[in-house]
Amino acid sequence: MTLNRRDFMAGTAGLLTAACGAMIPGSALAIDKIKFGSILDTSGIFDAYGKPMDMAARLAIDEINEAGGLNGASIDVTAYDTQSNMALYTQFGQKLVRQDKVDVVHGGILSASREAIRQTMRKSKTLYFYNVLYEGGVCDRNIFITGVTPSQQVEVLVPHAIKKWGKKIYVLAADYNYGQITANWIKKYAADAGAEVIAVDFFPLDVADFGSTIAKIQTAKPDMIVSVLVGGAHLSFYRQWAAAGMNKKIPMASTTLGVGNEHKVLTADEGDGILVAYNYSPELKSPANTKFLQGWTKKFGDTSLIHEIAVSNYQGVHLWAEAVRRAGSTDRTKVTEALETGLSIKGPGGLVTIDPQTHHAILDVHVMEIKNQKMNVLESALQRPPLDTQSACDLKANPDDNTQYEIKA
Amino acid sequence: MDLAAVIFVETAYAIASLILVSMGLAVVFGMMRVINLAHGEFMMMGGYTTIVAVKAGINIYIAILIIAPFVVGIIGLVVERLVIRHLYGRLVDTMLATWGLSLFFVGIVTMIFGNTTTGISTPISGFQIGDYQINGYNFFIIVLVILLLIVMYALLKGTRLGLIARGTMQRSDIAAALGYDPERIYMLTFMAGSALSGLAGAVLAPLVGLVPTSGGAYIAKSFITVVAGGPSIITGLISSAASFGFINQVFTFGISPVVGEVALLVAAVILLRLMPQGITGRFFKGKL
Repeated sequence: MTLNRRDFMAGTAGLLTAACGAMIPGSALAIDKIKFGSILDTSGIFDAYGKPMDMAARLAIDEINEAGGLNGASIDVTAYDTQSNMALYTQFGQKLVRQDKVDVVHGGILSASREAIRQTMRKSKTLYFYNVLYEGGVCDRNIFITGVTPSQQVEVLVPHAIKKWGKKIYVLAADYNYGQITANWIKKYAADAGAEVIAVDFFPLDVADFGSTIAKIQTAKPDMIVSVLVGGAHLSFYRQWAAAGMNKKIPMASTTLGVGNEHKVLTADEGDGILVAYNYSPELKSPANTKFLQGWTKKFGDTSLIHEIAVSNYQGVHLWAEAVRRAGSTDRTKVTEALETGLSIKGPGGLVTIDPQTHHAILDVHVMEIKNQKMNVLESALQRPPLDTQSACDLKANPDDNTQYEIKA
Repeated sequence: MDLAAVIFVETAYAIASLILVSMGLAVVFGMMRVINLAHGEFMMMGGYTTIVAVKAGINIYIAILIIAPFVVGIIGLVVERLVIRHLYGRLVDTMLATWGLSLFFVGIVTMIFGNTTTGISTPISGFQIGDYQINGYNFFIIVLVILLLIVMYALLKGTRLGLIARGTMQRSDIAAALGYDPERIYMLTFMAGSALSGLAGAVLAPLVGLVPTSGGAYIAKSFITVVAGGPSIITGLISSAASFGFINQVFTFGISPVVGEVALLVAAVILLRLMPQGITGRFFKGKL
């Protein structure tokens, strides 16, 4: 690209205008509207995650607006579809904070997308909520994370499975940071429960042929499999496992199956009996969940789209709204301080509390068994803290921290 | 002993699936010299056709063996008439055009089915070899590939049609001089190649979670197999698939699946360095 003087002048003028705009206090511009920014992949390969998340956020905001808004102001949504393209996160993230000047941003799905916009949010002093199950370790006072982390899941899932099935565990994991970190937590909690991880196999995300792995697993003769496999290609494993008749012989637990409703893609026969642990199942019996399901049915009809991270997103929006009510303002510092009082809400997945030390969530984790493409709750572990992130991150002692720690189990 | 049997079956399966995914390309690229970068998408469409047919209540074997190849064959025919026939002999142009086609197909399928994983279950249940449980569908694939190879050989070697096709591929001007219409033969060959790709996609559909971009996973492997195979279509296909499948499985069982994939690619690089014309450029010369 060549830059001539005219372009340069035009560009500089634009920048100056933008800068002047930023100096006018946000509250003076929008007295009766709160600007809510959402940034999600609602098309492209991650839309199975993003679409229900977007729907859940809109449901939460409708509920808030119907109840009279926040402190008398109604919420206005500015949503961008990042089309499963990481480059668009940077672009739309900038747009949200510079042009739309939103009061809060909720969104990001993959960890890569979160990291693409986290610093933009921090620099522009825009409060940011990342409402997704992820690998843990982000330590930044500007972000609140309301999804489950590996220790929260594994701490509950693995001991339950060991009690049920035995002490020899074979782990299959996706070969990137989430898989690696989760595999480490499985090793730790297995050892704590007196069990042993006899093998860990890592698979790149595009591996779709598991024939030899299935034979290897049979040679090792474990009491159970723990799957940390991720994405469409890895879904083949469950299918090939069932095709070999192994699902009747060696039981399986998973930390990932079902996050994007994968258990509804598998047939009942392929998925039955697999043990998982999440914050949410549509089968949970609680007033908050009944209300949520009713609201969803009224607004969208089909509740079969609801999944773990859609509910995380819904809970994230309500947590933020509650904090705005408490603070009596959308001001970033005041809202952050309100959240740091250990604020909690009753969401569809149970009580969700913000942990002031890490800005992560303390939440209920339910062990569930997949049966007929549904997740039936077997056991609920109430108010699990994010132990992994807590071991590295203390925002009270070190409020200026801005790192993602790689947490060793 | 049981383990040896299991490893043997897995290796045979690995070889068979390499042959299966490369067969359509072997016809289109190996015979016609058309670099079909949309090969993976033809397979993906075969998979989707099967899933749609099965969900509509059609018997799974009919869906796999008849409907999918037929539908994809027709798509191949349309593509040949509209795009490919204008580009014969222009290697780079066909590459660009078929790459565009692949993007187009991914887009269309995404619009129709959405960008989510779909799939069906395998029709054959697993069974036991000693202590080991084996996927029964693997045998179906192995047997099917053997049958396909026999049919392909018989067709190309034993029938007049095969003779004309081979002749046209070698010297289309002479074939034309003898009164055959090369354009028509090219059209039919491309259609047959597409149908084979569709069949491959259909056969693999019950084993994988299918997304519109699934085709990308096969394209590299199939090109490597066909290029390393060299000028003879069937012998080349068998010899290169056998070498790569064997190497892949040895490393997969010995170390890990990741190393298995790496070993396959390294083997391909070494093989092409030693035999730039492919395996059948040096051995089995003149075989079909």
